[in-house]
Amino acid sequence: MTETHYQGKLHHLQKELMSEYYAALTAAANGSGVPAAYLLIGGNPVELLRAFDILPVFPEVNALQLAVRKQSLPFIQSAEFMGYSSDNCAYVKADIGMYFGGRETPFATIPEPSLLLCNYVGCNVYLDWFGHLAEFTGKPAFQLDIPFIRSASGKPSKEDIEYVLRQLHHLIGRCEELTGRKLDEDRLREAVRLSSLTGDLWSKIKHLTKRTPAPYDAYFDSVTMMAPLYCLRGTPQGLEFFETAYAELLAKAEAGIGPLEKERFRYVIEGPPPWPHLRAFRDMFSRWDAVAVASTYSTVGGLWEFGFTHDPDHPLESIARHLLEWNLTNRNFLQRYEQIERYLEEWNANALVIHSVKSCRLFSAGQGDMREYFTKRGIPTLLVESDLEDPRYFSEAQMRNRIDAFFESIAHRPTREGASV
Amino acid sequence: MSTQVIAQSIESLVEYCDRIIEEPGFAAAVAWKNAAPKRAAIGCFPVYTPTEIFYASGVLPVGLAGGGNRMEIAHADSRFQSFICSIVKSTLEQGMTELLEPLDGLVFHSICDPARNLASVYARNFPGTPVEYIHFPQNFEAEESPRYLRDEYARVAKFAGELSGREMTTEDLRAAIALYNRIRETIRRLYALRRDAPHRLRTRELYPLVRVGHLIPPEEHAELLADALHAAATREGRERDRIRVVLTGSFCEQPPLDLIAAIEDAGCYLVDDDFLLGRRWFTENVPENAEDPLLALADGYINASLPTPVKHDMRVSPSQLLVERARSHRADAVIVLCAKFCEPSLFAYPLYRKALQEAGIPHLFLEFEEKMWMFDRVKSEIETFVESLLFD
Ligand code: SF4
Ligand code: SF4
Repeated sequence: MTETHYQGKLHHLQKELMSEYYAALTAAANGSGVPAAYLLIGGNPVELLRAFDILPVFPEVNALQLAVRKQSLPFIQSAEFMGYSSDNCAYVKADIGMYFGGRETPFATIPEPSLLLCNYVGCNVYLDWFGHLAEFTGKPAFQLDIPFIRSASGKPSKEDIEYVLRQLHHLIGRCEELTGRKLDEDRLREAVRLSSLTGDLWSKIKHLTKRTPAPYDAYFDSVTMMAPLYCLRGTPQGLEFFETAYAELLAKAEAGIGPLEKERFRYVIEGPPPWPHLRAFRDMFSRWDAVAVASTYSTVGGLWEFGFTHDPDHPLESIARHLLEWNLTNRNFLQRYEQIERYLEEWNANALVIHSVKSCRLFSAGQGDMREYFTKRGIPTLLVESDLEDPRYFSEAQMRNRIDAFFESIAHRPTREGASV
Repeated sequence: MSTQVIAQSIESLVEYCDRIIEEPGFAAAVAWKNAAPKRAAIGCFPVYTPTEIFYASGVLPVGLAGGGNRMEIAHADSRFQSFICSIVKSTLEQGMTELLEPLDGLVFHSICDPARNLASVYARNFPGTPVEYIHFPQNFEAEESPRYLRDEYARVAKFAGELSGREMTTEDLRAAIALYNRIRETIRRLYALRRDAPHRLRTRELYPLVRVGHLIPPEEHAELLADALHAAATREGRERDRIRVVLTGSFCEQPPLDLIAAIEDAGCYLVDDDFLLGRRWFTENVPENAEDPLLALADGYINASLPTPVKHDMRVSPSQLLVERARSHRADAVIVLCAKFCEPSLFAYPLYRKALQEAGIPHLFLEFEEKMWMFDRVKSEIETFVESLLFD
């Protein structure tokens, strides 16, 4: 059984770039004069903000940073003191608690929003979250309504696309008012071009875990790359990060190096991580030499590995398509089953782990049905419960027992052809 | 029923409604379907469905309101976790125990994440049942939103026509709008009557009168409501020493009838509520002769509908609206009654709380589950609250 050890150049670069990003947030909070827009991860339209030099602030990324650093609980509790329920999404509670706690975090001072851009991409909690921020702060808000995928084809309709495009034009108007500058089309195209190159690299990185051994863990290591994917996408630094990441991970793949000394189980994981207990959770898999070769969580901000790419020749159309179609959160629940199925097949995995988090019902509502679906298809499937933000919902001993029992049982069952038990 | 023949008392009308509500199955819908060719029935998940579009297409919209407190959830709780509200599970359970068999399809809406995922889970488990999903716009400020919703409704009309085998005409839709306008207008008048004279019409009475509209054809409901309005307006009643309360938070999963009665018995006149909001939905009549009635319905959704936590209209502050509602109803207090695990209603609470405190309006926060059947604890909590207000 192996302990996790995984540090590379990309880790250092990630740290460096993210601290630069957070320094810019702190500077904005201290009056650098750069406007800051809050927006959400789901299929985010960050390219549009880049074209106006508006600093993107992702409350979800801040909330998860708080959780990883085990700082979330006091903020959650102060939100509960304001009347938030123990059953509400704890990302929102941590963020609201932090906002009223002075916006001070160990990684940055979070600026006040110049614009609350609620990109409503699938998650209904987004609407409450930003609605509350708007009501509490009185800051200007923009509701970007993205119709949910509801057709049998899994595609948005022509009307959906037109509706989103029209709203994007209004959003541009709002950004023009905010910055006092007209949209520079070349700048937008350039941001979209950088995003397109970044997305292509991210997709290639995703496909590397099809190899055996997988050169990195597509859950626990993917999350290192996700913050730059949102906070830095559409910038040269963002692109540089993904070039470095791809080169490093490709070299590992070529050399047959994986995150563990030995790769014994390849699994797909569904659901967000338990941020406050990430390390402990990771070790529960590492000790079984189990590597996640694909994760649905890493596609909340965009689903590049199935063929999406931004198009600099049609910048707004591609932003609209990204918001509507090419991210996990705006796709319906059955499309997620298909996504997992593809991972199981094409990434050659032999088990499914569902991490069901109480906070995020977008992810979790109905995962019992998902378990039933995959179990019936002969896929060993484990469902465990905790939370992504609230440290109180993690029962370490029980979690470890369940995971041990699961790998114990699949170690003794015949596998599908090609699987690497 | 012969509502036209004898003037009915509120008691007898309520008894009639209670019976229909508590009967499992959809007898009235089945009878309606069998009475003529090219008819179907559809189950509508809360909160709001554009019923007119279905009815104009020969599809009876039947309201789904969960499993109540007599249903045991034996299968659906393995599909949806413990932290998901009950109506999501009880709706699936009804499907799994074949109680929804008489319905030819189901429609869900973009109200919350569990209801949205339920639409998918339902479709997977019942591949023979057509499932429709309506995405209501959440951008209330953009001028194109009514247009978008109009196109969405056109899609829904196509779906409805496929269920019944009959395509609706513009005239059919205008007639359906007029009929549902009549229903909504009468409900508004009943609500106003209760606001002004709550001793004449208890909420435990008004509620089933409205709720029965989930299950019977709209013509019949319109008549029943007209009878009820007449009976309530001419009814004698003795005023009691009760506090006037606006109740909010129960717009989707429904509390048991006995819980509503318990709240009243604990010393409250409920002078406004958001139960079964979809049955009232609009603040005024939808234009009946609009050139494009689909657009008229869509426009009403955006510009003339009641507030609820599943709509996020940034032009208004929902908590201020609640304060105004409490004032305009001369309420002594507000009860926030949320379904357990209902994220939209629970999220609304902190904003309500702050606004009510600032406005100096006392409030009580309570949670319920549709399956609860013991009310002593809630009742005594409300009694204590009422006493604290009466004797303060
Ligand atoms: S419910 Fe899930 S997607 Fe929505 S804000 Fe919470 S964590 Fe994010
Ligand atoms: S009760 Fe609340 S959480 Fe449950 S389906 Fe209705 S709106 Fe959604």
